[in-house]
Amino acid sequence: MGDSIWQSMEKKGYSRRDFLQFCVAAATVAGLGRTGAAQVASVFEKKEKPAVIWMHFQECTCCSESFIRASHPIVVDALLDVLSLNYTETLMAASGFQAEKSLNDTIKNNKGKYIVLVEGAVPTKDGGVYCMIGGKTAEQILQTVAADAAAIVAWGSCASNGCVQAAKPNPTGATPIHKLVNKPVINVPGCPPIADVMMSVVTHLLVLGQVPELDSLGRPKEFYGRRVHDTCYRRANYDAGLFVESWDDENARKGYCLYKMGCRGPVTYNACSVVKWNEGTSYPIQSGHGCIGCSEEGFWDNGPFYQHLPSFPGFGIESTADTVGTIVGAATLAGVAAHAVVTNIRKHKVIAEVHAEEEKES
Amino acid sequence: MSTANIQPGNAVPTNGTHGVEYRRVYVWQLPVRFYHWINAVALVLLCVTGYLIGAPIRAFYAAEAYQQYWFGTVRFIHFVSAFVYVFNFAARIYWGFVGNKYAQWTTFLPFKKWQREEIVDVIKTDVLQTKMHGAISTGHNSLAAFIYFLTFLVFCFQTITGFALYSSMSTSWLPRMFTWIVPLMGGEFGVRFWHHLFLWFFVCFTIVHVYLAFYHDYIEGRGTISSIVGGWKFDRVKGDDK
Repeated sequence: MGDSIWQSMEKKGYSRRDFLQFCVAAATVAGLGRTGAAQVASVFEKKEKPAVIWMHFQECTCCSESFIRASHPIVVDALLDVLSLNYTETLMAASGFQAEKSLNDTIKNNKGKYIVLVEGAVPTKDGGVYCMIGGKTAEQILQTVAADAAAIVAWGSCASNGCVQAAKPNPTGATPIHKLVNKPVINVPGCPPIADVMMSVVTHLLVLGQVPELDSLGRPKEFYGRRVHDTCYRRANYDAGLFVESWDDENARKGYCLYKMGCRGPVTYNACSVVKWNEGTSYPIQSGHGCIGCSEEGFWDNGPFYQHLPSFPGFGIESTADTVGTIVGAATLAGVAAHAVVTNIRKHKVIAEVHAEEEKES
Repeated sequence: MSTANIQPGNAVPTNGTHGVEYRRVYVWQLPVRFYHWINAVALVLLCVTGYLIGAPIRAFYAAEAYQQYWFGTVRFIHFVSAFVYVFNFAARIYWGFVGNKYAQWTTFLPFKKWQREEIVDVIKTDVLQTKMHGAISTGHNSLAAFIYFLTFLVFCFQTITGFALYSSMSTSWLPRMFTWIVPLMGGEFGVRFWHHLFLWFFVCFTIVHVYLAFYHDYIEGRGTISSIVGGWKFDRVKGDDK
């Protein structure tokens, strides 16, 4: 029916050389390695290019922004340019009824074959009025689109776990995608997710035509299987007990571990310290700032970002479990001491009573 | 009241003016005493290292990371103590089924009416201090036993959350059995928070437990403190044999 990826690229003016470069890059990011390039090329030459619908709900478009900054621009170019990105509010030229028609046609003509990429959470409170497109609520649109999808990818923390709009008190009832659809969802959390990770997931779906191996939270194991901490280049400082004590101190200058500055690396599953950002330039910890755990559920509520332990609910910003614990511990000691004093004051009376009773018994 | 010349099961009048008879009762069997002291050492190690892991101090200083490993060692001690404590606790649960009547699991729950009455009695003795002597169970008193049961629940909670946190660094089956708790508690950050918070439960428990052991040694006058070393306690012969 439709063109293959190679045919589309050819039509758009890409050379055969560009195409092969694209195949090598795609094979690499999909985890097939350089030798998989031939396999990819043969797939892309024959396989009809898949239809892709990119939905935008409650989000800030940082996922899209991240995606277009991938390390292998040719892959992104090719994916955005060549793939049938049939519907995406941010990038499509069409608007209004035209855009709606494009969405409906894609669903109708590619039943069970198209890929849905969702950016943003879906508000469920008050009938879903907080996010409506073309007179329909985000949830209605999501259900329509998801019904006949071959695969659903939740881009970023909004779609994977709610992110900032689901932070307490979550006024719009923002809900991640996997809680609303009855199909397996590939969660790619992060605020935003790493461009190369996104690219790899898309390429994986297109090249191998299968869902990458996922963990229990629906995240690709390849990228979310280890903590930022496990592969952090500052890890040796952690084990040595060398910590940054305050911003801009000598230890910070030396690049010691940011654990005491509230770094969330030890509790955050992501590939930042391996893949890095902006074509492998750096990642937050390398730039001297702790990880804020943006790919973990509820990270906005786990504040403050610069404290290792969260503030204890109801005790103000600065009080951690340790502050509360110290107070309770001290109170216990004081109680025990007071008890000992009372016991000793009454000692003579108790001893006299015991002796009197024993006299009586014997 | 001297107890120096008293033999097991053989009621002998005490010397001096107070002719009250006591008999020796073997209360804490060897496995129970071992459990207690292994648990005590493991818990102290767990609390100290756990606190340090949550709030590391500037203990040692080196110019470069490769020159020392003290924080790694602190964590290692925490993990080793945790394994010791878990298996020790498991052994105690087993002993709750095969041990003597003072070690039985049923003593930890106030199933019977007299146990519930004793809880009131012990509150009168310990908290209100209105009843400064009288009959209290030879083994665990009912209130202490029930509080131990609550600490067992905290033991389980710390074991589950601790293993869940440890599982990200381990491929062995035991810690990996508890990974399910992580999403339930909103990620590892939440797990770590609760795991750390309950450290303070143990600190408070230890303060109260040690104090009350001394207090009961004084109030009951029958060797509460020495019993956890030697296993023997003393019972008033005419007293209430519960």
